[in-house]
Amino acid sequence: MNWDTIYIMRHEVLLTLLILHQLIGDLAETVDRRRHVFITVLLFAAFTVVGWLPSRPSLLFGSMYISDDLRSLLKNILSVSALIILLQSTTWLNNPLHQKKAGAFYLLIFSTLMGMFFMISAGDFLMLYLGLELATIPLTLLAAFDKDFRKSAEAGVKLLMSSAVSSAVLLFGISMIYGVYGTLHFSEIAGAYNESPLMILGLVFFLSGLAFKISLVPFHLWTADVYEGAPLAVTTYFSVVSKGAAVFTLMLVLYQVFRSQPEIWSSVLYFLAIATMLVGNLFALRQKNMKRFLAFSSITQAGFMMLGFLNAGTIGMTTIVYFMLIYGLSNLAVFGVLSIIMNGTDKEGMDDLNGLYATNPGLSLIMLVSLFSLAGIPPVAGFFGKFFLFTAAASAGMYWLVFFAVINATISLYYYLLVVKAMFINKNETPIARLTSTFYEKLALTLCLVGVLVIGFASPVFEYIRSVM
Amino acid sequence: MNLLLFLIIIPFVTMAGIVLVKELKHVRLISAIGMSAQLVFSFVLLYLFYQQRSAGNADQMLFMSTTVWYEAFNIQLKFGVDGISVAMILLTSIITFAGVFVSWQVEYLRKEFFISLILLASGVFGFFISLDLFTMFLFYELAVIPMYLLIGIWGTGPKEYSAMKLTLMLMGGSAVLMVGLLGIYFNSAPEGGKLTFDLMEIAKNGIPVSAQLFFFPFVFIGFGVLGALFPFHTWSPDGHASAPTAVSMLHAGVLMKLGGYGCFRVAMYLMPDGSHAWAWVFIILTSVSVVYGAFGAILQKDLKYINAYSSVSHCGLVLFALLMMNETATTGAFLQMISHGLMTALFFALIGMIYGRTHTRMINEMGGLMKVMPFLSVMYVMAGLASLGLPGLSGFVAEMTVFVGAFQHADVFHRVATFLVTSSIVITAVYILRVIGTLLLGPVKNDHFLELKDAKWFEKVGGVTLLVSIVVIGVAPLWLSNLLKETLSSLFLTFSY
Repeated sequence: MNWDTIYIMRHEVLLTLLILHQLIGDLAETVDRRRHVFITVLLFAAFTVVGWLPSRPSLLFGSMYISDDLRSLLKNILSVSALIILLQSTTWLNNPLHQKKAGAFYLLIFSTLMGMFFMISAGDFLMLYLGLELATIPLTLLAAFDKDFRKSAEAGVKLLMSSAVSSAVLLFGISMIYGVYGTLHFSEIAGAYNESPLMILGLVFFLSGLAFKISLVPFHLWTADVYEGAPLAVTTYFSVVSKGAAVFTLMLVLYQVFRSQPEIWSSVLYFLAIATMLVGNLFALRQKNMKRFLAFSSITQAGFMMLGFLNAGTIGMTTIVYFMLIYGLSNLAVFGVLSIIMNGTDKEGMDDLNGLYATNPGLSLIMLVSLFSLAGIPPVAGFFGKFFLFTAAASAGMYWLVFFAVINATISLYYYLLVVKAMFINKNETPIARLTSTFYEKLALTLCLVGVLVIGFASPVFEYIRSVM
Repeated sequence: MNLLLFLIIIPFVTMAGIVLVKELKHVRLISAIGMSAQLVFSFVLLYLFYQQRSAGNADQMLFMSTTVWYEAFNIQLKFGVDGISVAMILLTSIITFAGVFVSWQVEYLRKEFFISLILLASGVFGFFISLDLFTMFLFYELAVIPMYLLIGIWGTGPKEYSAMKLTLMLMGGSAVLMVGLLGIYFNSAPEGGKLTFDLMEIAKNGIPVSAQLFFFPFVFIGFGVLGALFPFHTWSPDGHASAPTAVSMLHAGVLMKLGGYGCFRVAMYLMPDGSHAWAWVFIILTSVSVVYGAFGAILQKDLKYINAYSSVSHCGLVLFALLMMNETATTGAFLQMISHGLMTALFFALIGMIYGRTHTRMINEMGGLMKVMPFLSVMYVMAGLASLGLPGLSGFVAEMTVFVGAFQHADVFHRVATFLVTSSIVITAVYILRVIGTLLLGPVKNDHFLELKDAKWFEKVGGVTLLVSIVVIGVAPLWLSNLLKETLSSLFLTFSY
């Protein structure tokens, strides 16, 4: 390994160093925990900045590892999201109850991020599978992070079981694909063409495995329970980073490995999209707990994302990444506000938000803007993201699906408005008292808010994503 | 910088001013200054428009500017105005200006109220100057969404239900519309070449007939929902009734006009074959809107509901006139948009003022108001007379032009439909005169009404602005109808029977 290789793999190498830093830091019992949190966040911020250095397209380890502008961008999007989550979780980690576990938390977060980076840079199915496992197992531990809290322990077990099943299904699919092509290398599979039933079955199994990670219906059953049980920082991580990594991986595999057979996978995704949008919406309508609400909302959003996949061209890929970026920032903002509320009051019910605007106007407005972004209301970025996704699907001639999707977008508006109604319209004799937020939390919310307000209008963001495709 | 951008910049600067100001009492002053500037600018625009035309500038659109926004989808920030847009901009400015004065006494969350109100108006201004379907859609939704907060927070009665119903129905409409717009986009280059959202480019290229037949209903219904097209009108009475005064004014006066304008500018102009093929269906629906809305108004006891149903009827007449697809009727449709905008805004303003004093909107609980509030009552009578189409007021000019245009069709179907629609004049007269009689004439029904005060200065400013506009159009309609006709003549070269 020379310097050039280190530069190409800078995301993974630096993350390894960060993991080592956590291990060593945890060994030193006397370390000032607050300082430890500060230094880790600072180091991770530096890591995120370094990630944006120009990438060097190349293949490593016999094409098992691919580096290019696109993959670099995808990793950077995940890093920025993870950084925002780290900023948001500082108050929670500085709480004496969790202070001792801060090192473990960071260690697990970085490990899973490392797995996701390998998934994205995978040049063959073996690397992809290894990355996936590396991403999943620490995630299970993260879900059970509040192990003394019954729901968290339960969430860990649920995730473990469903991950194991999905992993097995995915591996089964990969083995079938290997059986058909005789290779696991993406480039070799992409060069060949096969439409045998075994190949179709293998691909469907593979898709099902990833559908678990993205929470596509009917593979979504773990989502609400795990989101509710896991600590909020972990829920945020699931909803944005973990989902983002799975979406990006699916996109890379379908567009680059199976690009010659879109007719097979697009029909599968077509029905997954319909089911996911509908089921996510119907369940979201009934939720009273904000975490469960956001779980179903994120399921619906995953259904919308599938529309981008149905356009098998560059524009489809661009819209997926663009939408994921906007969805990530909007969701992070919602979770950011929720995290401040939960840290201050331990409340997570939708009714608890009644009259929030009277006491916390700033937080309510940020929540309003972010929810409008998730709902796809102009002038915030979500409108652009959703419009372009629908345009991508319509360009593949799928007008009825687009029609179905926009109707679902309207239904989703209803439940986002319910939260807005709670904060701005509903009366409450004893609303949540005025909450103060730390510098970290303010910074995280500002980053999200600027992103949500600016990305839509700033077309260079979209053009940049398109240019790296 | 493009001149038209001021129409968006002024509201945003006003909103910024409201955010920054510390003293709450200054909020309405800033709003008034901002919207006065907007009104003055609209008159300047009208003047410059006339000047350009008289200087021989025969371009279809004036003050145009084009900036590429999203190259991948060929989305442009393209702005420009013709006679129709200028007239609609003027209407919006007048009503927003009046709306600010009528809302002078809003106490609760004053900053937020004026910001939402002006944000709504800025969406409308943006819509009227946009020449790119994407940008148009963006501004359209921007205009709709503040309504939720405006009704939900500052409304009355079942405001939460009404706000949610209105928002969901309008957003549902825009969902349908979006599919139609995408359909237009993907058929915008039938000869090959670059797909575009550019309205003028699409009109020039033409859309394949099969696509027009498929997508026309999507776009027409999408915009029609906002124009209270039967049977998608049900949001309108509830929304209007629950909205605070200025919001009802802006909503009925301006926002509903986006529906009619969009139906014409996008659905009919870009898809003439689709319009011809589907016209009969929508003529039936709009005829029902007109007659049903008028009968609905007769049955109501709540002043706001009466006016809301009357709006369904009048806006139905706008869509009906557009579907006649001839120059006269279409001129009438736009005159009706402007006339209805002004008189319904005046109605809602007056109802708000009356409610603020009597604390009731039920007509059978009121009577003899003319004795205690002569100024308000006279304005109410004038608005009523405009609504039933009295010569000398804007309603007459508009309705007359519509019916003359509609009767130009010689076939039985159009004649029957026109005959039915014409009957609404009589029905309108019934409910307007009934309201005027019950509300304003006769003995004073309640003793405490005797202590009520007449209009205050800010209410007079709002009301008189609207009333003067109604009278000016009624007495001297030619400048407005010429302004509209000038544009419509050129459009009808490519789009008519």
